[in-house]
Amino acid sequence: MAEEKPEKPSTVDFAREITSKLGGETITYCYQCGTCASSCPVAKTTDRYNPRQILRLALLGQRGEVLTEDAIWLCASCYNCQERCPQKVEIADVIYALRNIAISEGNIPAIYTEFATGLMSEGRIVPISKFLEKKRADYGLPPLKPTGIEALKKILSATGFDKIMFKKGESQ
Amino acid sequence: MTSYALFLGCTIPARQPQYELSARKALTKLGIELIDLENMTCCAPPPLQSIDLETSLAVAAYNICLAEEADLNMITLCTGCFESLAMANRLLKEKPELKERVNKILANAGKEFKGNKEVRHYLQVLMNDVGINSIKQNIIKPLNNLKVAAFSGCHLLRPSALLRFDDPERPRIFDTLIEALGAKSIWYKNKLRCCGGLLRGYADDVALAIARDKIVNAHNASADCISTLCPFCFLTLDLGQVLIKTTYKEEYNMPIIHYAELLSLSLGVEPKELALDFHKVKIDKVMEKIG
Ligand code: SF4
Ligand code: SF4
Repeated sequence: MAEEKPEKPSTVDFAREITSKLGGETITYCYQCGTCASSCPVAKTTDRYNPRQILRLALLGQRGEVLTEDAIWLCASCYNCQERCPQKVEIADVIYALRNIAISEGNIPAIYTEFATGLMSEGRIVPISKFLEKKRADYGLPPLKPTGIEALKKILSATGFDKIMFKKGESQ
Repeated sequence: MTSYALFLGCTIPARQPQYELSARKALTKLGIELIDLENMTCCAPPPLQSIDLETSLAVAAYNICLAEEADLNMITLCTGCFESLAMANRLLKEKPELKERVNKILANAGKEFKGNKEVRHYLQVLMNDVGINSIKQNIIKPLNNLKVAAFSGCHLLRPSALLRFDDPERPRIFDTLIEALGAKSIWYKNKLRCCGGLLRGYADDVALAIARDKIVNAHNASADCISTLCPFCFLTLDLGQVLIKTTYKEEYNMPIIHYAELLSLSLGVEPKELALDFHKVKIDKVMEKIG
């Protein structure tokens, strides 16, 4: 994948960038013991993924590699590592922070565009078919209440979410 | 009667009417009133947290505001919704500066997060508001020692520092509630490990390999079924078996049943009222066993 931004000059800068993001605050506590990787269901299943390795690269300032490669998208957000990390690194949240940075730079896997589109059009990431909505009465379920799509749109534009997802448009 | 604002979420009404039906019926029978509020949205689960954590917190907080305005605590069925909402609720209650930041965003939608309500998963409501004894007293059809592989899903338990649902390494609540129905909650390998569901759509091969492990482990422990709480885990394991058949040429026929369905059946709800045909893996074996 082509890099969007030039490499940041020093290791410290990328670490500082991550710790200043929501979710990324604890990354510098990592002392590379590997407990996270050995508690990780994804790392056990594929050698494409190792959380300790991601943290190592990030702490070494390998910004481009971390943000553009496949690995950060392979965390299943199960929080098993986070429960067990002896240094209290909030690993799953650090991965979210890395994904947030990657996405803000236009590196957006297609599935995330799909989720965001559902959210912005209907207020739900999984849309409800008209068929099932009609069937509800047959099952004896109450009609669905309308979603708060108007309020939601205001929130998404206040945080810039709509722009993050749809201005750059690489994945659309 | 205890009343709660029901947070239904997206996946349950979109895909799993059998979950919604069984949960509504069972909880109502046990004296819990479920109130459907207008203007709820998606809970802002991991896929949205991956896009932007700050937005996700604000969206979760927005939904909690609706419950605050209705002066109700919130009940969730989906463990994913539980995690997003309970985590946001705890974080914003504990971190005033974060609350202030989120409230600035919410002001655009005319809302303010106050932090005076609780977000509960329905298992907590069963444990604490209904109580094990009262559940036992209401059971009409005990489940005849059905061997159940309990699978709560990650986000009921973790991150435990914020969710505080149960001991994250040795949880007991879900098992206790299964056994209250006259079933057996059995041990199986890697019981607390993730189903891989969140990788579906990005890395389907990895997701399926992780889901297969779960099915194989329950199968090897001679489970009659796997019981779930999360609609996403359900999909991953139920539809997953169709994919396992085509990809791995293996067939396990392991019924996946939401706990709310087991609860409804044992409370005497008629199976035909529960839309059980939404199961891809048929649950006939289980129905026979419980009579
Ligand atoms: S368990 Fe914690 S300290 Fe050890 S490598 Fe993983 S993140 Fe670093
Ligand atoms: S949260 Fe991510 S990195 Fe941690 S154990 Fe789960 S899948 Fe692995």
